[in-house]
Amino acid sequence: MDLARVIGTLVATQKVEGLEGVRFLVIQPIQPDGSDAGEPVIAADAVYSAGPGTIVWFTASREAAIALPEPFVPVDAAIVGIVDQINDSSEESRP
Amino acid sequence: MILGRVTGNVVGTIKHPSFNEYALLIVQPLTADGSPKGNRMLAVDHAQAGPGDRVLVLSEGSGIRQILGDSSSPIRALIVAVVDAVDCELE
Repeated sequence: MDLARVIGTLVATQKVEGLEGVRFLVIQPIQPDGSDAGEPVIAADAVYSAGPGTIVWFTASREAAIALPEPFVPVDAAIVGIVDQINDSSEESRP
Repeated sequence: MILGRVTGNVVGTIKHPSFNEYALLIVQPLTADGSPKGNRMLAVDHAQAGPGDRVLVLSEGSGIRQILGDSSSPIRALIVAVVDAVDCELE
């Protein structure tokens, strides 16, 4: 599971059965310090409250579909939480 | 399973119900000799770990659903042990 910043929305009218009502967002995976980590991906919004600019955490692979109301859908990234606060002290925790 | 070090935590109120009652921690993956390797990740705590602890992270969803007894959990990384020592000779 990783942090990400929502950078856009995606609309698809014609889609596989089971995906009705599922919102798709474009997310940029980030590190705890806010820097980009890899390429943007499309994720389903399983908490129904993320929007552009929101910092979220997401789950990938099989677990993404499990987060949705219909768990047997072709989805491999899903937003499962909205971040309120990040506390990270990676420098001082080094051995 | 992944060896890592806890560097912090993430707090969120709006989340999938499977995350309720668990702490969500930031983990820096480590090599066996303890040096950081790759990007930091998020893992749910199931071993009373805290910042600075070296931990073992299970990253297999099916095993995690079994441990948590929650067949609809989307959690994909779970801290299952706090590591006391790693004894490994690298070439």
